Amino acid sequence: MSDAASVHSPWQTASIVRIEKRTPRVTSFFLQPSRPFAYRAGQHVDVRLTAPDGYQARRSYSIASAPETSGAIELAIEKLDDGEVSPFFHEVAAVGDEIELRGPLGGHFVWPEDESGPLVLVGGGSGVVPLMSMLRHRAARNSAVPVVLVFSVRVWDEVIFRDELIVLDERRDGFDLVLTLTREAARRPVDYARRVDVAMMVQAMTRLPEPPGIAFVCGSNAFVSAAAQALIDAGVAAGIIRTERYGV
Amino acid sequence: MVTRGFSSGRRPPTDGDARIPPGQYLERGFPVLSAGPTPRVRTEDWSFTLKHGPRPIKKWNWAEFNALPLTKMTRDIHCVTAWTKFDTPWQGVLVDDILADAGVEPPTGFTLAHAFDGYTTNVPVTDLTAGKAMVALLYEGKPITPDHGGPARLLVPHLYFWKSAKWLNGLQFTTRDEPGFWELRGYHIYGDPWREQRYTDDP
Repeated sequence: MSDAASVHSPWQTASIVRIEKRTPRVTSFFLQPSRPFAYRAGQHVDVRLTAPDGYQARRSYSIASAPETSGAIELAIEKLDDGEVSPFFHEVAAVGDEIELRGPLGGHFVWPEDESGPLVLVGGGSGVVPLMSMLRHRAARNSAVPVVLVFSVRVWDEVIFRDELIVLDERRDGFDLVLTLTREAARRPVDYARRVDVAMMVQAMTRLPEPPGIAFVCGSNAFVSAAAQALIDAGVAAGIIRTERYGV
Repeated sequence: MVTRGFSSGRRPPTDGDARIPPGQYLERGFPVLSAGPTPRVRTEDWSFTLKHGPRPIKKWNWAEFNALPLTKMTRDIHCVTAWTKFDTPWQGVLVDDILADAGVEPPTGFTLAHAFDGYTTNVPVTDLTAGKAMVALLYEGKPITPDHGGPARLLVPHLYFWKSAKWLNGLQFTTRDEPGFWELRGYHIYGDPWREQRYTDDP
């Protein structure tokens, strides 16, 4: 395993240098750390907000940018109405603001690209964020590792990074994009209009030249449970499936 | 550093604050987190093995384990992903009672908990004994569901919850404090929420 992580990551300040709306509910915040750090595709950072009375709120967000990206790291944050930190980002945060950040963190949901073989990525909603870092990393390296991404969202307009994913798909360099919309008709011939299931995973696997060496599944707990089980039922060994669940 | 425009308006009620460790927030639900797919362990396939290094001390099947004394434990739990949940009601077998049934005193000062999915986590013996920890079999009076670690999970409520290994199938005494799955992947070797020991370099 190349998982062993040496973590030395004290809190530091980071400036918001750019804000880009991705979908109606997801906005990307580009943060320039005061002390830039190297990270691996799939890792996350912790973000900490402090109120005038000293109260602090802390959340983890996956990094969407590729490790090769110089400068600011991209966090694509979904607005949760009953949240505490995501509403701050969506309603208050502005370019020039400083927040506290710690990272990189997480040593398991990372792509050991030199040893993994073909890759299966399954994302639900904002669960695509760490998978996007892996895809951008792959593109930046001109990697030929075969990859299929099955990305489930409710509707077409909620496909985070949609234009970029379609451009990557059209390179025909071994990356296949499969979208599945759960509340709308499919738009592209390869796409689906239903929740992830075994048949979908079986078909996704046929897009790879050989069985996957590793699978990453990220999203809500309900999504990850269903998707991981569908992968297992499609013949993927449980031991190669790595999951990251948004706890709530 | 005060964050511009951030207020504590959404903080939990003040009377609960003393129970919420630093950096945590109060969660009413029961989030599920794990590193891989949820194993479905049938109780007829279940067993629990107490080991000293590679040597088994005693092994219980489901019926034998359920015949051990059951204890209730209602505790606040603290996940490293920053949620804290109050008053979670568990029932299970205290580690003290497991050791008593095996007829052993702890042979070393450290343990590694093992799970059916290959997960491991290290816990010092002093954090498991004297009524501090159990192998939980019931949550809210019912069998623990697979996504929360059933049939049986470790419960060490005073440490971050990754120490409370799901799908538990063994406890191994180790000579040294050997890091487990998350402890090898950047998380703290001990994991005390009140000292905010989340990651490897936390004091």
